[in-house]
Order: sequence, then structure tokens, then C-alpha cells
Amino acid sequence: MIQCDVLIIGAGGAGLVSAINAHKKGAKVVIVTKEYATRSQTCMAQGGINAAFGNAGDDSVEAHVQNTLKSAHGLANEEAVRFLCENAKEAVEWLDKLGVCFSRTKDAKIAQRTLGGASAPRACYAQDYTGLKILHTLYDVCLGLDIEILNERYLLDVCVDANGVSGANILNIRSGIQEQYQSKSVIIATGGYSRIYDKFSTNSTSTTGDGIASAIRAGAKVSDMEFVQFHPTALKNTAILISESARGAGGHLLNSKNERFVDELLPRDEVARAINDEISKGEDIFLDIRHLGEEFIDEELPQERKLAKFYENIDPVYDLIPIKPVAHYTMGGIVVDKNSMTNIKGLFAVGECANHRVHGANRLGGNSLLELIVFGKQAGENAAKYDRDVALSQEYKKEIKLESFHKKIEINFYEIKEKLGNSFYKNVGISRDKKGLQEVLSEVEEYISQLPKMGVEDDSQTYNTNLIEFLEFKNMLEIAKLILVGAMSRKESRGAHFRVDFPYEDGGLK
Amino acid sequence: MKIFIQRQTKVEYEVQMQNATLLEVLQKIKTTQDASLSFASGCRSSVCGSCAMRVNGREVLACSYKIQEDDFIEPLKNSLVIRDLVVNMDKAYEFNKKAKAWQNPFLSDVKPTQENEKINEIQSDCILCGSCYSACPVYEVNPEFLGPFSLTKVWRYVSDVRDNDEVSKIDALQKNGIWDCTLCNECTLVCPQDISSKADIEKLRSKSMMLGYTDPSFASFGSFGSFDGSPSF
Ligand SMILES: Cc1cc2nc3c(=O)[nH]c(=O)nc-3n(C[C@H](O)[C@H](O)[C@H](O)COP(=O)(O)OP(=O)(O)OC[C@H]3O[C@@H](n4cnc5c(N)ncnc54)[C@H](O)[C@@H]3O)c2cc1C
Ligand code: SF4
Ligand code: SF4
Ligand code: FES
Repeated sequence: MIQCDVLIIGAGGAGLVSAINAHKKGAKVVIVTKEYATRSQTCMAQGGINAAFGNAGDDSVEAHVQNTLKSAHGLANEEAVRFLCENAKEAVEWLDKLGVCFSRTKDAKIAQRTLGGASAPRACYAQDYTGLKILHTLYDVCLGLDIEILNERYLLDVCVDANGVSGANILNIRSGIQEQYQSKSVIIATGGYSRIYDKFSTNSTSTTGDGIASAIRAGAKVSDMEFVQFHPTALKNTAILISESARGAGGHLLNSKNERFVDELLPRDEVARAINDEISKGEDIFLDIRHLGEEFIDEELPQERKLAKFYENIDPVYDLIPIKPVAHYTMGGIVVDKNSMTNIKGLFAVGECANHRVHGANRLGGNSLLELIVFGKQAGENAAKYDRDVALSQEYKKEIKLESFHKKIEINFYEIKEKLGNSFYKNVGISRDKKGLQEVLSEVEEYISQLPKMGVEDDSQTYNTNLIEFLEFKNMLEIAKLILVGAMSRKESRGAHFRVDFPYEDGGLK
Repeated sequence: MKIFIQRQTKVEYEVQMQNATLLEVLQKIKTTQDASLSFASGCRSSVCGSCAMRVNGREVLACSYKIQEDDFIEPLKNSLVIRDLVVNMDKAYEFNKKAKAWQNPFLSDVKPTQENEKINEIQSDCILCGSCYSACPVYEVNPEFLGPFSLTKVWRYVSDVRDNDEVSKIDALQKNGIWDCTLCNECTLVCPQDISSKADIEKLRSKSMMLGYTDPSFASFGSFGSFDGSPSF
């Protein structure tokens, strides 16, 4: 059994920032992650992290607050948004001190650019490798502080007793053995759930909502699950993201007739919907950055050029980039209070899996990385301070029964997973209606009832990714249902949630 | 199309896919033919470093390699194979710790300039995929060699104006570090991010010499190292 003060599940930006801060408060911290710490989805973030420095044009904290609230369509908590925006400069300066290689202006300030929905160039960036450079720097800091990171460990369940959280049940992926972790507090930092949209998502294959599903099973509350942000510009064939900074820098969206049809700098929900409308008229949609010039593209968008060349076989310096909108970010998540604690004592949540009510119905580009740093600090410090007033619980769930490996498998869950993604994209995507949602809900219920016919074919104990993927799939089904129930009961349109049958915002429904 | 994958034995797979990445092919095999095939992946877009493996004897990222007839796929070298194409990178990553590859935190108030930032821009592009580590021949003779990516990472911090702990970092590289590299350049050839660890190691060597260290292989001949760090035998 492994014992510690603060157990952190997930080693993306949110997990690592909480770890550093909990450690600084003197807590014994252990991080577990189902991948390696440097491989979490945070490394994929390209565009930037918001802070109203005003280094590249007039800006203010108030403008940041107002832009965020506007984009959130009335669903954000103003106090939380203020906290986020007011702490932004300090957050970025902290990263800078740790050694993140932010791009710089000629006068040695951190360079900034404009992302959608922002009234000023506010996103601090490191070329288009912002997430990578932040994540790796945080990882290096953890090494320097000697924080224990255990790789390839999969969270099965959070353990709770009468006094609140008491630890977690973890599957060691390498050995196939279940391990018990006992801790005074637990921070869930497992990321979002956009992979429910399967091949219609920009996300890493491990963004399957595990932490949220486990938290629900432990009795935590979740909210706003129906709000899934679609990113306007993913590569058409592979759903790999082309960063918003391409539009921020002046990139145009064109239809097959070479016409621009939307203001590219509107918030994501509006741009995605405009593209979707064009596509349903039969248009192909392209992103055009040719006029930015090779030098600019190589300097500011090197990754985008590389991705477009390899995955779409075109060079954006000379060609149009074929794009489509796909699922990108999930606003919903585990409900936390202003200390980042859930309704379960000692259980904290942070990052994309948590709902601090700062994004509301639609997240602004650059606010997610910011959230990781600002609330990561808060969660880490509070989890370290949280002292279970009673002796550590000795009550553990016995070994969780996983799958019976030798049963006959009648349905290949991988096929169902793909179907689920297709249905979600079609009916729980950019535009929704009652009929479509109902259809998918019945489908999901059917899949749930068919689970006994599905299972794990691979019977090896060692590194059984077939088993892990099945566990992830079951978590995704659980969450899929919640998205649908939320989307059906929200009979209005708001931010990323657009109902064709209720195309207006309903003031009464917040 | 036929490909071969090194598992406990070399196994042949037949797939009907054109212009597909190796990762897509592996996923297809896993989800439709053989659920027991093991490999790691994440971003699908060459930035997380999870899917490094070897094709026909050369390190690639599976998600940025287009599969060809008769390709032979193997796990990375120099690390324990856990299963199929998955290796245990814990020991490799530990070298970052041994090499003190981080910035001394919270001390500096220096603001880098645009030029400063350019100095280590490329080194900070490293995705820790381990390709260089797998390609490096030194591990055959010295399993404790700090290795290409961690030395690149140290250079990335040593060259940073915000870091103020150059000496202790350079100290940490003298044993099993910069002098053990044969400057063969294999690491550079396989890096998906166009990083040259060899060049970074050379820079660390000259920095060491400026701090008064000598190349131990010269020292044992009773002579002094040359300042450009090039071997003189
Ligand atoms: C392509 C792309 C580009 C983006 N660009 C930007 C941008 O420019 N600006 C911005 O602000 N935001 C951006 N975002 C969003 C932002 O990157 C994410 O919201 C953020 O990185 C999430 O961080 P996290 O720490 O919450 O989770 P992740 O980084 O997703 O980390 C989750 C961690 O939890 C672990 N984990 C998950 N399940 C389990 C389990 N069962 N057991 C153990 N461990 C588990 C994972 O292994 C991982 O370590 C982008 C997202 C994508 C996909
Ligand atoms: S230096 Fe290059 S090859 Fe080596 S780990 Fe980093 S990205 Fe991979
Ligand atoms: S140049 Fe040095 S570090 Fe690079 S592969 Fe050769 S011996 Fe290894
Ligand atoms: S899957 Fe991330 S580098 Fe290949």
C-alpha cells in the first residue's frame, strides 16, 4: 500500500501544478498517471495562455473578465472568473520564472497574440508549442523537487469512507496488479471527455473522462456536461488541430467559392456554427493563411505547417488548408467550490475535468491553460492544508473485479465505440434537436445493456491495453448518457449548446 | 499490404490501407484483428512522444510515418521491453534527474530578450520521445550514460539567461555524461524535432572546458583537451 498526504491523479498541466504547490506547502505528494507525465494532452496546446499584460496592444484585466463572461453566456460564476483573470499575470510570470521559453517581443516582453473572442492580443505563447513547453518545464520542476510520479497507473475508483475521501484503487498497467493508495486528500486532474466523439475530436486518445466517471461513482456532483466546444479548424481528414492563432494572425475562412462567410475572430461556437451551416449547404471549407507569408508562418506557426504538410499533404504557405469543426474541449465537469473541493470532503478536482464555472457555455481560447495554473495552485495548496482529522482510513474496497477474460465475446466494443463517436458527431454536435438526442440516448442505453456481450479478448496480465480501453469505453458510456440527459433537458440554445428546435437563449434557464 | 511486427516472435499482418500512418495501421490491427497487440499512443499529431518505435531499424514516430509494404516494426532499443512495442522509459527518464535538467526555480528575475529566447528555442521543442536514446550506441558499453535527450535538456537550461546554477549543472555531467558521447550523430539523424543532441553535447563540452574541466580521455594521456572539444587522436 502506498501512503501519502496528497494523491494526485493525472499528470497534465493541472496535476503537475497542483503537485508543485502541494509540495511547497510541505505535503508528501504522489502523482499517478496512466501515461507518462510529459505525454498528457496538455502538450498539444498550441495557441497560448491568456493574461492581460497589454504587451502587444491595450488590454486590461477587466476586458479579460468581460470577454470571458460574454463568451460564457451567463453560465459562468463572475467571482471565479475574476479570480482567474486577476491571477493571470502572476500565473504567467511564475511560468516564466520556472523557465518556460515564451516567445518574446523586441523589447524583451512576453509576446502576445489574439485568439477568438478576445478584445486584445492577450494570449502569451511559445511559438505554437505553448502547451509542450509549459508541460515539460513543469515536469522538470517536479524532478528538481523530487516529487514522486508513478507512470502507467490507471485510476479505477476513488475510495471514500464516512469521513470523506481516503485514497484510490489503481491498476498498475505494466504488471496488471491492483494497488491501494491511502491519502489524506485526493486531487482529480484527469482531463476532459471529448474522445467520446472518437475520430471527430482533436483530443489525445486518452481523454476519455475517466476521472469524472470515477468521481461520480464516488458520489461527487457534475454539471454542465452538455457543453462541448467544437473547434472550427481541425484538419479535414484527421481532426488534428490547426491552432486558432492562425486565424488570430489574420487567417481567413473560405468556402468552395473562395468567399469569406464569417468574422474569423468571433468566439468558437459562432465560427463553428457558421462553418457547419456552410458544410450543410454542400460547401467545402478551407483555412487560408497563404497571405501571412512563409517567414511569418515558419516563425510563429511552425507546427501548423508541419501538421498540414504531413497529415493533409498540402503546404499552407502555398495551399488552402481543408478543415472541419470537431469536438475539442468539454466545459462540463466535477463541481467544485471556491477552494477547488468537491462535495466529498478532501476530494479536489482541477483542470479540464473540473467545473470551476469559469468557461460557462463556451470557453475562450487561452483560458484553459490559464485555468490549470491558477486553479492548480489553489487545489494543490488546499489539498495540502486539508488534514483528515481522523486517523487514515483502514477501510478499503477489496480488489475490484475487473473483467472475466475468458467469456465469449459477441460484440466488439471497438466497433461500438466508433459508432458512438459517429452518432455523437451527427446528433450531439454543433447543432442538436430533440429527435436526434433521443435517438442517441436510446442507442447509448442499448450499448449499456449490451455490455455483458462485450469484453476483453486479450487475457494477458501485462500491459493489457485492450482491458484499459474497455474500462475507458465504459467510462465514456457513463458520461455519454449524462451529456445526453443534460442536452435534452436544456431546451434552449446557449454557447456551444445549440438546439435547432429551441434556437434562442432562455433567460430563465441559467 | 503486408507488415511484420516484432512481438515475442516476428508476426506478419495483412492490412488493406493506403497512405495510412503506422499508428492508424496498428490501431486497425488492434481493433479488428488482434486485440492483444500492445503499443502506446496519445496525440496522433507528433507532439506527445508516446509512439516512438523502430521501422526497418530506424526510429520513427508511428503517427508520423506512412507505412510501406514489408515494413518491419520493432520496439525502441536500450530500454526493457514490457510487451510488444511498449518499452519501460522510467530509467531513461531518470537520467533527466541525474543530469539536473531543470532550472533553479524562483531565484531569477532576469527577463530574456528575443535573442535569448532563440538560443534554446529548438532544444525546448524536445518531446521526450526517446528516439535519440534508442539510437545511441553508447548504451551498449555504458548503460549509465546520461544520454542525448537529457544532455540536450541540460544545455537548454544552461544556455538560459534565467538559470544561475551553471556550475553545479556542468559538474553533474562530467561522469557518464558529455565525455562518453562518441559524437557519432545517430541521435540527430532520428530526432523528429530536428534537434541535434550531438551539437548540444559539443556546446556543453566547450562550456565545461571554459569552467576548467578537461576531457578525461585526454587527461589520461597526460595532455590537455583542445578548446573546440574535437578529439585529437
Ligand atoms: C490540440 C489542442 C490544443 C489546445 N490548445 C489550447 C491553447 O492554445 N490554449 C489553451 O488554453 N488550451 C488549449 N487546449 C486545451 C488544453 O490543452 C486542455 O484543456 C488542458 O491541457 C487540459 O489539461 P489537464 O491537466 O486538465 O488534463 P490533460 O492534460 O488532459 O491531462 C490528464 C492527465 O490525466 C491522466 N489520466 C487520465 N485518466 C486517467 C486514469 N484513469 N488514471 C490515471 N491517470 C489518468 C492522463 O494520463 C494525463 O496525465 C488545447 C487542447 C487540445 C486538444
Ligand atoms: S531530442 Fe529529439 S529524439 Fe531525443 S527525445 Fe527529444 S525529440 Fe525525441
Ligand atoms: S552523438 Fe553522442 S549522444 Fe548522439 S547518438 Fe552518438 S554517442 Fe549518442
Ligand atoms: S501519438 Fe503522440 S507522438 Fe505519436
